[in-house]
Formats: sequence, C-alpha cells, structure tokens
Amino acid sequence: MSDDLTRLSAAEIAEGLHASDFSSVEVTQAHLDRIAAVDDSVHAYLHVSTDDALATARDVDARRAAGEELPLLAGVPIAVKDVVVTRGMPTTAGSKILEGWVPPYDATLVERIREAGLPILGKTNMDEFAMGSSTEHSAYGNTRNPWDLDRIPGGSGGGSAAAVAAFEAPLAIGTDTGGSIRQPGAVTGTVGVKPTYGGVSRYGLIAMASSLDQAGPVTRTVLDSALLHELIGGHDPRDSTSFRDKLPSLVDAAVQGATQDLAGVRVGVVTELSGEGYQEGVRARFAESLDLLRARGAEIVEVSCPHFDYALGAYYLIMPSEASSNLAKFDGMRFGLRVEPEDGPVTAERVMAATRGAGFGDEVKRRIILGTYALSAGYYDAYYGSAQKVRTLIQRDFAAAFEQADVLVSPTAPTTAFRFGEKLDDPLAMYLNDVATIPANLAGVPGMSVPAGLSDDGLPVGFQVLAPAKADDRMYRVGAALEAALLDSWGGPLLDRAPVLPVATAEQEG
Amino acid sequence: MATMSTISRDEVARVAALARIDLRPEELDRLAGELDVIVDSIAKVSEVATPDVPATSHPLPLTNVFRDDVPEPPLPVADVLAAAPSAEDGRFAVPQILGEE
Repeated sequence: MSDDLTRLSAAEIAEGLHASDFSSVEVTQAHLDRIAAVDDSVHAYLHVSTDDALATARDVDARRAAGEELPLLAGVPIAVKDVVVTRGMPTTAGSKILEGWVPPYDATLVERIREAGLPILGKTNMDEFAMGSSTEHSAYGNTRNPWDLDRIPGGSGGGSAAAVAAFEAPLAIGTDTGGSIRQPGAVTGTVGVKPTYGGVSRYGLIAMASSLDQAGPVTRTVLDSALLHELIGGHDPRDSTSFRDKLPSLVDAAVQGATQDLAGVRVGVVTELSGEGYQEGVRARFAESLDLLRARGAEIVEVSCPHFDYALGAYYLIMPSEASSNLAKFDGMRFGLRVEPEDGPVTAERVMAATRGAGFGDEVKRRIILGTYALSAGYYDAYYGSAQKVRTLIQRDFAAAFEQADVLVSPTAPTTAFRFGEKLDDPLAMYLNDVATIPANLAGVPGMSVPAGLSDDGLPVGFQVLAPAKADDRMYRVGAALEAALLDSWGGPLLDRAPVLPVATAEQEG
Repeated sequence: MATMSTISRDEVARVAALARIDLRPEELDRLAGELDVIVDSIAKVSEVATPDVPATSHPLPLTNVFRDDVPEPPLPVADVLAAAPSAEDGRFAVPQILGEE
C-alpha cells in the first residue's frame, strides 16, 4: 500500500481501516489536505465540509474502537455532486438561483451514505442544473481537468470526476441524464457508472429530466463503483420509480470479472457508435480494448442499432421538455433567489419572470425555452410526440441487440477533453459529446465508462459497457475484466501517468 | 414536416413569456438564432416517428405506486421557512398574486 492515503482505492482504504492501519480521521484529513493543496488549480469543489467530515470520521473511529460491527465503507470519505440535496450543507446545483440555499432534508442516497458512516468531504462543481458536457455552464467557474488544466473535465459532473482523478476524494456521487457521469469519467481517466433507471433513488436529486435522471458512482476502480453502487442502490418508497427487484451482487460480478476469464460472454460492438466523428486515438484505444476482451475469452460480435442515429434528436426534445416543467419550481417564492422587477407592479408572476431572468444562466434558459416550445400548442405532436416514438424505437433496438450480445460496447465519448471555450458558443457541437451515452438513458439501461488508455494527444479515452435493464452485474463483470487486462498491459493505473498538479503552499492560500 | 423550423425573435419572446423568464433584447436575438439551428437538427425525429409506432414516456414499464394512507411527519416548518426569500407568521410571504386588471 502507498504511504499517501489519498492514492488508495476505496476498497484499500476500507481494508486499512478494518485492520487499524490508519484511522478515518487520518484518511479524511489527508483528503482535506489534498483539497487545500490542489483545489485552487482544479476547482472541483463548491463547498468543503471540513467539520462535518471530521466529526463523522471521529464517530466512526470511536465506534470501531468500541468493537462495533461497521458497514464496509464506514470511514471512507466521499464527495457529493451539488445537485444532490444535503441537510445543513449548501446545495446550489451550480446555479445562482440557489446560491446560499441550505436544504432542510437529505436525499435518500445521502441518508444511506451518512448511515453507513462515510465522511462527506463536500459538494462538487457541475454545469448549472446538470445541463452541459463541460462544467463550463456552472455559475461558479470552471472545473479544470487534472490531465491538462486548460481543458474541460467533462460534464455535467466535471467536479466529481476531477475530484476523484486529482485524488481529492476516493469516491464521489454523480448524476447522469444523458452521460453526465460517464463522459466526465472518460475524459478524466476515471470510472463512472449510470445504474439501471430506478436502481438508485432519485428522492432529493434536483431533477432535470425525471424519466432520464439517475445517480451513480464516480470512482477510480470498477470494484469501488460496485461497492458504492450497492451502498446507495435499492428500493426507496419515496421514489415511485425506484424498483423493488434486488440486483445480483455487483461486487461479486466485479471480482469475478477481474479474476476469471470471459468465456461464453458475447460482447456486441454497436455499429452506429463508431467510425465517423470519433477521434482516431479514441478508435485505436477502443480497438485495443476489444482485443483484450477477446484474449480473455469473450466473443466479439457486431450489432446494429439503426435508430441510435435519432437518439440525440429525441433526447434534445424529451430532456428540455421535462426540464422546463421541473424547473418551474424556481419561482422565487419558497427557496432561493427572489428578484423584483425594475419597474411596474410587483406581482408574483412578474417577480417569477425577473427572478428566473436574473438567476438562470444561458444554457438553462436555452433548454427551458426549447422545452416550453416543444410542449406548446401546435408543436406538441410533431416534437414531443415524435421524440417519444423514437424512444420506443431505441428500446426495440436495444432489445434486439441484447438477443445477440450480453453487453454492448462503444467509445464513451467521441473525443478526448477539449479546451475551454472551444464549444461554448456552439450548443450543437457541445451536445454531440453525449452521442454515445444518450441511448442508455432513453432506454433506462445501465452504462459504465472504464478508462481505456490515452489518445494521441496524451489525454484519457473511455470505453463504454452497456447492459440490459437490471443486469448491471454484467457490465461490472466485463468492465472489471477489461480494467484488469489494461492494468496488466500498463503495469499500473492510468492515473499514475497524469501530470503532477501545482500545489498551493500555506502562504499562497492565506 | 418541413414546416417545423424557423423560430423568429417574436416566437422566442412569446415562449419566454410562457416560461416566465425575462430576457434582455440581446438574449432574444441570440436565442432566436440558436434555437433555429437546434430545432432544425432535432426535427429529424419525425422521419421515423410513423403513426404505427407507439409512444414511450418512461424507460421501464411502471404501474401506479401507492403507499399506505398513514400520516408521516412533514419537514419542520421553521427549517423550511429558513430557506425562503421571505416569511411571515409561519408562512411564505409572497408578492400579490393577481395583477390589477
């Protein structure tokens, strides 16, 4: 094990805590120190909850010392995306409209994290209301990619991915509506998992698109994602879309994948998610990963999902439509910002419009107006109705593909991390980052991104594994197998090759 | 459906009013151009959305979910009002609801 506690995986930290090699206070403090040292450069966190984290750590250490039987991840620190509400901790969703808001309750997944004794290090930066693929739409500044501080960390969960990649947390929570866990994972060289829709409670997530949103793990290893997924997952009576079925053990699947061959596993390469538009280095790493899976005994087959070409269009109708409805609650009446109109009568309606005009950023306005337009009289059938039909066609494509293959695979994102500003003025170019991740959200199936190496530009590439609904275990098995094979070929974790970050000294901080 | 696109500045203003968002003149100009491009590119969904295809509203089939009709403790009023822009007498304080018309 490394002397630096921040370099350990969550599983290794759990093991060390259990063996009393170090305490939760020590490991939590090590991460807080790391945040103090590098977060001026990375800006992964919007809020650091030092006192709360250390109090939890002390409590866990005391209970362990008293001989109490503790959950596996007790004492392992975690970061939480700022779209997830946390009692007593500011929650902004990256928006000025919620600046300073302190929620009066915890999301169900936060409740589970607290019950299991994980110190919460803080809240991570994100595109405003999770709308974006670069975290440039945060109202609180950019998060920088630890691989190159001039580049985006992906989005919307750029803060969670960057925190984990920069060793500012071993675990983080993300949310994924069209790729916001997986695409940041791909461009930062980390693991990100979107569980099956309904697998993790959405209670306490500030909703963007309720039929697409799903929270999940952001980690550095596949096993860590499995451990966190099992902790936050499972039925919740407060989310009527959360399912009651119990998933097969995800941790067992990850261990099986890492230690055994893939004989009998059919891996389907999706024709429509490759080729044109995918960077050369991304395609090369994808092809190598396929070779590694083949070498471990998997059968590689090609499958076609013809309607995936329409997924982006359907997504950019369904998501803004649902978002325009969900964000109607930001009316300046019960929480967050209230702005009065500059002149004229001060009525509730005019206050609402002034508040939203001042409090929402460009991308949020763009999507609410697009959604309102798509749902408005005269356009509903042509836009929203058509998009819902495409959703059916995409689900049928998945069903047919899963007849031929146990999992489906593709590059997670078409390109590596781009520079700040490169796509900010071209919404369509920005939207194309999620072309490979969106189909899973439309169909509710689980997806994972695993680091697959570096492209020609020296930046990380992600490999996406998709599985049928409620067969999340399959993607853990295949993801862990690929991870193990790649680690063998690299001789160590990909993140060992990331550049050393500039470290703030105490004087500079002052 | 070739007639689906072309969102004018007036149209953006109309929709922004429906969405209760005050936009500055320069925001209206920019959004009109951007939305036109976006809508043009997503309108292709109508190519395959033929009448024989049923619509899907949800990723996984769902039935209505009910819980037992047993009262549960609500959030403490003081905690909720602490986060409000304005509160009075244990309630949210809001501007007048109706305009003078």
